[in-house]
Amino acid sequence: MTAKRARKPRSRRNFLRTAVMGIGVIGSALLGYLPVLGSAKRRIRPPGALDEHEFLASCIKCGQCVQVCPVEAIKLADIDEGFAIGTPYIETRNQACDFSCDGLQCVLACPTGALTHAINYSHETEMGWARVVRPDLCLAAQGLRFKGQARGPAFEGLLRYAEIDRWNPIRVSEYDYDLEVCDLCVRQCPIEIRRAQCDAGKPPSGDTNQCPPKPAISLESDAAGRLLPVIHDGCVGCGVCEMICPVEPAVLVMDWDRSAGVTA
Amino acid sequence: MKALKKSLAVLLGADPQKPIPDDFTIEAHAMHAVQRADKGRIQLLLAELEEKKTKGKPPEKWRRRRWSVLILVNLLFVLSYSLDIQVLEGALTASRFVGFHMADLNSALQVMLAYKQVLINLLIGTVTVLIFWWVLGGRTFCSWVCPYHLLAEWAEMIHEYLEKKKIVRDHPFDRRVRTLLWLVFALLAFVTGYTVFETISPTGILSRALIYGPGIALVWVLFLLLVEIFYSRRAWCRYACPIGLTYGVVGAFSPLKVTYYLDACFHEGECRKVCEVPHVLDMVIKGRATDVNMNIGADCTHCGRCVDACPTGSLNLKFKGLGDIFQ
Repeated sequence: MTAKRARKPRSRRNFLRTAVMGIGVIGSALLGYLPVLGSAKRRIRPPGALDEHEFLASCIKCGQCVQVCPVEAIKLADIDEGFAIGTPYIETRNQACDFSCDGLQCVLACPTGALTHAINYSHETEMGWARVVRPDLCLAAQGLRFKGQARGPAFEGLLRYAEIDRWNPIRVSEYDYDLEVCDLCVRQCPIEIRRAQCDAGKPPSGDTNQCPPKPAISLESDAAGRLLPVIHDGCVGCGVCEMICPVEPAVLVMDWDRSAGVTA
Repeated sequence: MKALKKSLAVLLGADPQKPIPDDFTIEAHAMHAVQRADKGRIQLLLAELEEKKTKGKPPEKWRRRRWSVLILVNLLFVLSYSLDIQVLEGALTASRFVGFHMADLNSALQVMLAYKQVLINLLIGTVTVLIFWWVLGGRTFCSWVCPYHLLAEWAEMIHEYLEKKKIVRDHPFDRRVRTLLWLVFALLAFVTGYTVFETISPTGILSRALIYGPGIALVWVLFLLLVEIFYSRRAWCRYACPIGLTYGVVGAFSPLKVTYYLDACFHEGECRKVCEVPHVLDMVIKGRATDVNMNIGADCTHCGRCVDACPTGSLNLKFKGLGDIFQ
């Protein structure tokens, strides 16, 4: 009898301790809801990413997309992004996706279809949407020429310059520009480069399916006669224009949502 | 069939039941009687304990093998990316081994429940891994591959040291909570459409940290380790981790088992002291074994520490139909 009485509080303590642990574990995991509830910090996702909620549901957080990217554009989210932990994103200003793999390797690597296997070509992706946010800083708008390395000697970002090496992207800092009027954002746009190749009768890999049907960006005069980059429907949000923009901070940013951008 | 049911019940959190007289085979009954009558066994036991005192601890052969495999597998993940040797690409949640898809069963389950669609690649990866760990014994994943397991073993060493110095005391939890957590996380994935458990999975966090570089998520892992050092021994692996339960269910049907031989056993309980899941070793308690040879239940991680700890060779890793695995 005494033994039984002695055991009872111990088992109650055990129960309470277990309840606290269980609730603590579930509660800690559910804290991950907070960062995904507020859409304040939306990320640009790799090519083919499903709509954000479906993307977070289907991504298995393995980073295989990270491993195949030739320019190492893809990073993985940390625990401060809650349920999005381990999911891939692109910080376009530091390293944009320049489609130098041509075949959307990240899409092919994705084991769950979080990067949908339904797309095959760069122009079919919808990572985001470029937007001109600081037109006053634009060198073209000021009629300024550009000479030198787009982002300075210390910048580590990579870009494919097909005329230098078709297969290996090089550092942006290894390329010297000398432009009468700065048109870097248009000149380096992967969509515009493909369109130019197609217009010249030389589509990438000889495959006309690679030809983007719509323009993405061009320099146009505004009402005041200033030259400014204008974003078109063909923009996929790869971020190369933002990465290559030589002024600080960049004239363009990437919106994750197309509807947030300007159309022309 | 009865053994399987018992093994699953204990896996889900039930306390092992003391056998009733009808449970015992005739051979086991006879052997228990012989052991009870054999007073010489006690002399032998005392002599053995004396010998052990002079010889020190037996070498932990299985632990050495296991740590080597665990480090090698995780190193293969790291080198596949950092040196671009592309043998084992991805992380423990999902990967490709020389091109073949693999998916962690629990991660795949979370994705399937949250996304409610299954892509063929994920299905291939899941089935491949299911077959792999069915053959190799379910929770074998835990002790032979999971990087958190290794850290937890080191934390356990510190815990044991502090316990010996009477600085800390172990606070056990009710083991049924793991089943509850598994259900809650499955339900949360289905209802919210998020892979909620991945947020706190130390296995995924550590695997990604090793391959892609450390992050602040390691603070959570450190917190778990501190809990295990100062409050509750091996708490995460024993009481909480749903991955362990998923693999445990797979292992229930596996041909790889730790097998117990009653005839050699002195019941001194060295095995239970080192075991991460001592409830699976209930049959080694004097008078509990219902047969002369018994398979250890599904919660066993095949870590082999009991095999190393047993002074009389009463426990060994065994493939059904193939016999003992080399010692």
